[in-house]
Amino acid sequence: MTSAVSFQKVSRHFGNVRAVDMVDLDIVPGEFFAMLGPSGSGKTTCLRLIAGFEQPTSGSISIFGERAEGVPPYRRNVNTVFQDYALFPHLNVLDNVAYGLMVRGVGKPERQKAAEEALSLVRLPGYGARRPSQLSGGQRQRVALARALVNQPKVLLLDEPLGALDLKLRENMQEELKSLQKALGITFVFVTHDQGEALSMADRVAVFNDGKIMQIGTPEDIYQRPKTRFVADFVGSSNVLPPDFVQRYSGQHRWGSLRPESIRIGRSAKGDGVAARLVSTNYLGATTRLALDADGLRLHAIVPAGATLPKEGEAVVLTFNRDHLHLMDEPA
Amino acid sequence: MRSDGSPSAPLGLKLAAAGGLLFLHLPVLLIFIYAFTTEEKSFVWPPPGLTTQWFAVTWNRPDVWEALSLSVRVAAISTAVALVLGTLCAAAVSRTRFFGRETISLLVILPIALPGIITGIALRSAFSLAEIPFSFWTIVLGHATFCVVVVYNNAVARFRRTSGSMIEASMDLGADGFQTFRYVVLPNIATALLAGGMLAFALSFDEVIVTTFTAGQQQTLPIWMLEELIRPRQRPVTNVVAMVVVLVTLLPILLAYYLTRDGDQIAGSGK
Repeated sequence: MTSAVSFQKVSRHFGNVRAVDMVDLDIVPGEFFAMLGPSGSGKTTCLRLIAGFEQPTSGSISIFGERAEGVPPYRRNVNTVFQDYALFPHLNVLDNVAYGLMVRGVGKPERQKAAEEALSLVRLPGYGARRPSQLSGGQRQRVALARALVNQPKVLLLDEPLGALDLKLRENMQEELKSLQKALGITFVFVTHDQGEALSMADRVAVFNDGKIMQIGTPEDIYQRPKTRFVADFVGSSNVLPPDFVQRYSGQHRWGSLRPESIRIGRSAKGDGVAARLVSTNYLGATTRLALDADGLRLHAIVPAGATLPKEGEAVVLTFNRDHLHLMDEPA
Repeated sequence: MRSDGSPSAPLGLKLAAAGGLLFLHLPVLLIFIYAFTTEEKSFVWPPPGLTTQWFAVTWNRPDVWEALSLSVRVAAISTAVALVLGTLCAAAVSRTRFFGRETISLLVILPIALPGIITGIALRSAFSLAEIPFSFWTIVLGHATFCVVVVYNNAVARFRRTSGSMIEASMDLGADGFQTFRYVVLPNIATALLAGGMLAFALSFDEVIVTTFTAGQQQTLPIWMLEELIRPRQRPVTNVVAMVVVLVTLLPILLAYYLTRDGDQIAGSGK
């Protein structure tokens, strides 16, 4: 099967900075693909390489089997939802949405009809006559989405589209984007630095760091089985365990990770628990997050609300199911 | 500007303000009045009599028409040159980062900061060094040096306010470079260009100093007026022309002010 987007050994250097460094990537048609990473990790540059705003320094990119190097953005069947939405302030909402059709020479009645339909799709019917400045952030976001979708792109690129929205709106948009993507069957490529967003929305996630992909996999893969310390650390608040610690429990001298919710807190030393001291408790609503100090190793545990907790500074014993201890690929 | 709740200014301050404004504008009014005087050799106050004959005399003087037409043509072409160069330069400076960007920005603005006489002498020696004969085009070149600045300043301010991703969005949606300029860039900078262009036109229209160094035998309207004052002949004709100049330069500046008052500074309008 042809990949929707395929990167082969793609690099993009800015002077001495390797923004993207020998990246191999295959995005399956119709999937919701998230690029996750801290700022400066190269995820946005990858998105701009797909859009055509950047050209690779080396390597090759193909979009649905067609070579993309040297092809300008306006000749790619790919559309972008920009982080700041980039709506045209001098055009009303309808003309904004119809812009892509207008520059392609689609007749006025036809393109306005298509634009109206796109606006209904993002649940903004009848907003066509307004100016972008008269809309709220969430509405602008939807207009930007409609403006991209009206061109029926093969790949839709979303550059941190939810970054500027408040929490509640963000959660709504996450669900909406997800169901929109399912309904349209378009390949979505989504850039975000928000782990929760990537894990909850994407079919697959690529975790970026320093211009390289650290790991590609399903959200479950990434969350449960991080390959490197960076992934474990960035994707969740996973406890990263040093090789010496891991060796005691698994017999292998490797880096390991342990989800905070896998740790149980006890009072007395029975069995092979880890002796620790409770440093602080952090009430999070449904759960409480505990910071623990196990002989110099800082660990976090999450316990459900309502559990009886030891006092801060008290000695505790930590136990966990050894099956939950994940061994990472990263060499010790 | 109304500042609610603040006490009214004291009478002395009001009088001083009124005096200041009168000092600025009374002489202009005086010029208007002398346009109607019956005395043609010298300006005497009060005018011995009032007449509108000088309007007809002015209308029939070919030298007035020549000077006026030259001024309009010079102003129009300098403005056109300034619009193209100023916009291109503003786009380059605000869109991209390159070595010497700040320097270029400064060098473009410099002609408006330099005294006109320096610009004039510099251009004159450059023209004679290059053996370029003085002509219509040397005047245009001289004027373009400061016209570019006002267009540049207006355009650069507008470019700064427009989001860079808008151009990318346009390309992303399928518009090529020309379409992007036509449908996105131009509508967004149009009022700034109009304002800059009008200011440039007004500046060029009443320019004297640079023109005296870059014109040959030709007389633009301000130069013609200066000559008329030295050699009096039907003196009120100058006043009639002055009235026209005031109107021709005031209207575009007012219009430019109204077009850009929400936000942009009309920078460099002080030449």
